Amino acid sequence: MATMTNPPRESFRLSMLIYDTRYRSLTIQVIALFAFMLLVAWIISNTVQNLAGLGKEVEFGFFSEPASYDINQRLLEYTSRDTHLRASFIGLLNTLVVAVLGCITATVIGVFVGVARLSRNWLIARIMTVYVEMFRNVPVLLWIVFAMAILIESLPSPRAFRGENATQSLILNDSIAITNRGVYVPEALFSRSLGDVRLFGESSLRFDVSLDLIAIIAVLAASVFVFRRIRAWAERVQNETGNRPTTWHFQIAVLVVPTFVLLATLGFHLGKPELKGFNFAGGTHLRNSLIALWIALSLYTAAFIAEIVRGGILAISKGQTEAAGSLGLRPNRIMSLVILPQALRVIIPPLISNYLNLTKNSSLAIAVGYLDITGTLGGITLNQTGRELECILLLMLIYLFISLSISVGMNIYNKRVALVER
Amino acid sequence: MQKSVFYCALAAAVVLGGAAGAATLDDVKARGNLNCGVSTGLVGFASPDASGNWEGFDVAVCRAVAAAVLGDPQAVEFIPTTGKTRFTALASGEVDMLARNTTWTFSRDTDLKLDFIGVNYYDGQGFMVPKALGVTSAKDLDGATVCIQTGTTTELNLADFFRVNNISYEPVPIETNAEAQQQYLAEACDVYTTDASGLAATRAAFESPGDHVILPEIISKEPLGPVVRHGDNEWGDIVRWTLNALISAEELGITSANVSELAGGTNNPEINRLLGSEGTLGDMIGLDSEWAQRAIMAEGNYGEIFETNIGENTPVGLARGLNAQYTEGGLIYSPPFR
Amino acid sequence: MSDASFVRTEMLSEQDPPPTSVGVIGWLRANLFSNWWNAILTVLCLAVIWYVLSGLLGWTLRSVWNAGSLNECREIMIATWGSTHGHACWGVIGDRWLQLLFGFYPPELYYRPILALLLLFVALAPVLFADKVSPRLLYVTAAYPFLMPWLMWGGSIWMPIGVAAGFVLAYLVGRKLDGSVPGLVLGILSAIIWWMLWLGFPIQAEVFNTGLGEILGAGLGKSLATISPDIAPFWLETVISRNFGGFMLSVLIGVVAIGCSLPLGILLALGRQSNMLIVKAICVGFIEFIRGVPLITLLFVASTLLNIFLPPGTNFDIILRVMIMVTLFAAAYMAEVIRGGLAGLPTGQYEGADSLGLNYWQAQRLIIMPQALKISIPGIVSTFIGIFKDTTLVSIIALLDPLGLSNSIRADTDWNGIYWELFAFIALMFFIACFGMSRYSMYLERKLKTEND
Repeated sequence: MATMTNPPRESFRLSMLIYDTRYRSLTIQVIALFAFMLLVAWIISNTVQNLAGLGKEVEFGFFSEPASYDINQRLLEYTSRDTHLRASFIGLLNTLVVAVLGCITATVIGVFVGVARLSRNWLIARIMTVYVEMFRNVPVLLWIVFAMAILIESLPSPRAFRGENATQSLILNDSIAITNRGVYVPEALFSRSLGDVRLFGESSLRFDVSLDLIAIIAVLAASVFVFRRIRAWAERVQNETGNRPTTWHFQIAVLVVPTFVLLATLGFHLGKPELKGFNFAGGTHLRNSLIALWIALSLYTAAFIAEIVRGGILAISKGQTEAAGSLGLRPNRIMSLVILPQALRVIIPPLISNYLNLTKNSSLAIAVGYLDITGTLGGITLNQTGRELECILLLMLIYLFISLSISVGMNIYNKRVALVER
Repeated sequence: MQKSVFYCALAAAVVLGGAAGAATLDDVKARGNLNCGVSTGLVGFASPDASGNWEGFDVAVCRAVAAAVLGDPQAVEFIPTTGKTRFTALASGEVDMLARNTTWTFSRDTDLKLDFIGVNYYDGQGFMVPKALGVTSAKDLDGATVCIQTGTTTELNLADFFRVNNISYEPVPIETNAEAQQQYLAEACDVYTTDASGLAATRAAFESPGDHVILPEIISKEPLGPVVRHGDNEWGDIVRWTLNALISAEELGITSANVSELAGGTNNPEINRLLGSEGTLGDMIGLDSEWAQRAIMAEGNYGEIFETNIGENTPVGLARGLNAQYTEGGLIYSPPFR
Repeated sequence: MSDASFVRTEMLSEQDPPPTSVGVIGWLRANLFSNWWNAILTVLCLAVIWYVLSGLLGWTLRSVWNAGSLNECREIMIATWGSTHGHACWGVIGDRWLQLLFGFYPPELYYRPILALLLLFVALAPVLFADKVSPRLLYVTAAYPFLMPWLMWGGSIWMPIGVAAGFVLAYLVGRKLDGSVPGLVLGILSAIIWWMLWLGFPIQAEVFNTGLGEILGAGLGKSLATISPDIAPFWLETVISRNFGGFMLSVLIGVVAIGCSLPLGILLALGRQSNMLIVKAICVGFIEFIRGVPLITLLFVASTLLNIFLPPGTNFDIILRVMIMVTLFAAAYMAEVIRGGLAGLPTGQYEGADSLGLNYWQAQRLIIMPQALKISIPGIVSTFIGIFKDTTLVSIIALLDPLGLSNSIRADTDWNGIYWELFAFIALMFFIACFGMSRYSMYLERKLKTEND
């Protein structure tokens, strides 16, 4: 039987674009691209026509005009005379703050609850189930509003701290004040400060970097480097001689002493909050809006993370637990040394999407008056300037950028912990 | 199920309403009802009752316009808008007019391509503090925590006021009046600032209103008025003169009770011109001669509307103050109907 | 030799286990007090539960049910308990619960949304409980997308019938031409032409101003609709979407979004899996863009920008605009769920379909999708729960969903100052709905698991 290696070449006919699978995909793609471009062109032409009708044009000049509104929580200095761009930048930082804080606490609570749901203590397992179901089945917006309302209603106002017969007092050696306007905690102050360095000059993105902080980080990094060198040296000695030199006191000293010396030289002290006028002054003010948003987002996301963790743990076969048990490991060691590291591989991909959800849900900050990027750029700035198109498109691009960064970062991490399959 | 997507698109196509062309009047008449943008809920100015009927001071203006144009004060579709959505709703033609305590400012009138057609309430931004704080002037508020409603001119005025007086404050931005009220009562903020009318309305709803004072400083001018799209002057005229008709009616002593009687003809030519028994004012704005009569019938004249919704006998309890007729020392003043 | 007296010759009789390891005590010991650490935890938990419940139950139960305003509530509280603190005022729910459920839908027409909801369950039954109900109910499922809008918005029956007829036409034409690509295209084209005939051409040329042209221009459906009240009484009173509100609005947005996003999601998932580079790029770009931005920004687009993106003069209802954006949002998530389902299918299924000589669409329709969708159902249900919960966000753009309504209710002088009761009611309603759905999805997961084993 003769095999035909070269089928006779057919001449190209137009109908082959549709009927021949070799060309059909090309046809479809060209049509799809064409249709897509047509759609985009259609939207753009509509937009241009509509804007012309409204007498508006797309321009970003308003960004350099004074914002004229104040923002209470600002990580960088900002006044109402700064530009809209600066206000948006402050808002962006606020978004990042609550997202990062939320992700950290949500993970901690989520892992704890996920493990606790599998507890042998019936009551704890049930309570955790109730928690998870309560939070998963009620909208996050309601939780945020609830959290804010509970903080406002249940905590004392600063007035309760005032006067001779104050009903409330600061806790932890007069250093932390918990009020319904937020929590005041001591701040780090340096009496012989090295000062600040200003980046980006006087532009809207200007950024003050504290030299004290840089010095401390530098010293800490150096300490850690030396610490690791000592450990490596000890290891080498152990490999060569079989005896490990006692180095723990060196290591601790290397870690702690230089930082302490530096702090002492800089004149480190804590600035405690104290009642002054209407409010507490001094210290760092963690505002209610931030705390409410943080708590609500963490608890809400933690309920989802708990389910993921529980699923991940249950996915690890029982044999692993039993094998670890037969090696003589205690239950909590089994969990931390055997089960969790394996479960992590199952857990991480859905965890990423929960981090993304948390970041996106932080845009609901608007409900409690936390001025994040949605509240500034997509809220007050949009309102005061009436530039919906520019503001909202920019807002979406910023969120898109944040989301993509998170997923890229987490995917890299995921690749690192993923099982190397043989 | 794939079908449903097409169906969605089609349903949308069916509802493709009247185009937001230049002639709003024709659109309204063709549609048979007036789309009126109001706030999502502001005590005394606009709120729906248990059966979904909207009522309030701003709502009454919408009803008067609907009565003048369509002959039926109930032919209004109330469209709740937020501080953010109100201007786009108007610009896109989703609403025909906005009666949503909106402050008349230069940039809104020009840059945002809106037309403010008059003022139905002269307001100003004030401060409310608990009596116990012992504050008597807004200048004593250095370092205070201030609750403000976002998305309004309020936050701009506030920033300017504290900046000019060189005192510091801590702003607490809040979306709605209800939340502001809650925060203020729980003392999460020392001061609540918004339009003085809003403060009075809010205070009136407290369990013990006497424990709170409204400070004497009014830090801004807030002329609130109905708004229409820029460029449709015929429609703007109708809304403007409907409002003026309500104001003139009060001045001339025309009320919802006696309007039918007066419409028969009186000795006062201005009343006759207004109510259509003399002259052709209605024709000039594209309506019939009894337009003003119907507008006044709808919810009464300006004074009646004020009294039933926000006046001293209502829970809101506002005095006329600046909003009295010019003859009684106020600013409410209608150009003559001639 | 044999006097090994320690050897027992008869078995000991069975003894009851010690009383400390059976019954209530045994259960308590095993589950609550197995060691001192667990005992401490148990006691702590009990204390927390006691603390929470005592406050909450007191507030919930020692409350006022019959009051017409907050002040009346307060008076009753003072008269009964001497203080207003720690007592709920459920009067507001008694006064406004219908509004919270239906918004401003005309009260005499409440049967319509209720009927639509009941029909939804009937329509979903053959999909969700395929083993328990007759497959004949699938006809209801097919009719539902046309019936529901008619029930909700009202109008003439000819409208949904005409639209449905377009799909039937497309199907018939496509089938006549044997599922091939030209068949598909021709089917869609014929449907579009039919809809244009039926609903009216979107152009207003002078030609349409006379006689037959007018009927064509207005659309056969509309023309039929205007004369049908006389010949066929299938006419429901029109309700404009502005009057939709409360939970009805949340459910409606959720159902429409999921219903419409399913086909879109399938297409996107297939596009993402496809090996056609451009198609894939467009699908991935769309999915990642939508998943990368918060829903609230899409709602801002719906409320402020969508009108700018559409041809001048287009003026959609805000609720329709929101439905469009939520549908796009749901479609991206749906695509990912379905992609998961596709990935869960063994390659053998694809190869098997190929070896039977089925073309791409036949393989998808007959082999791949039925299986992939089945394993995606739990994911689809949880997407639906998510969308349903996210509908609360529409309150931020001034739609009167339960949260938005709660704000309006508080703006009424009667209820100004009420807070917790409304939120508690809303939270409870959401909890009941979402909890029910998540239970169902878990039941389904268990069922699928056993089936696959």
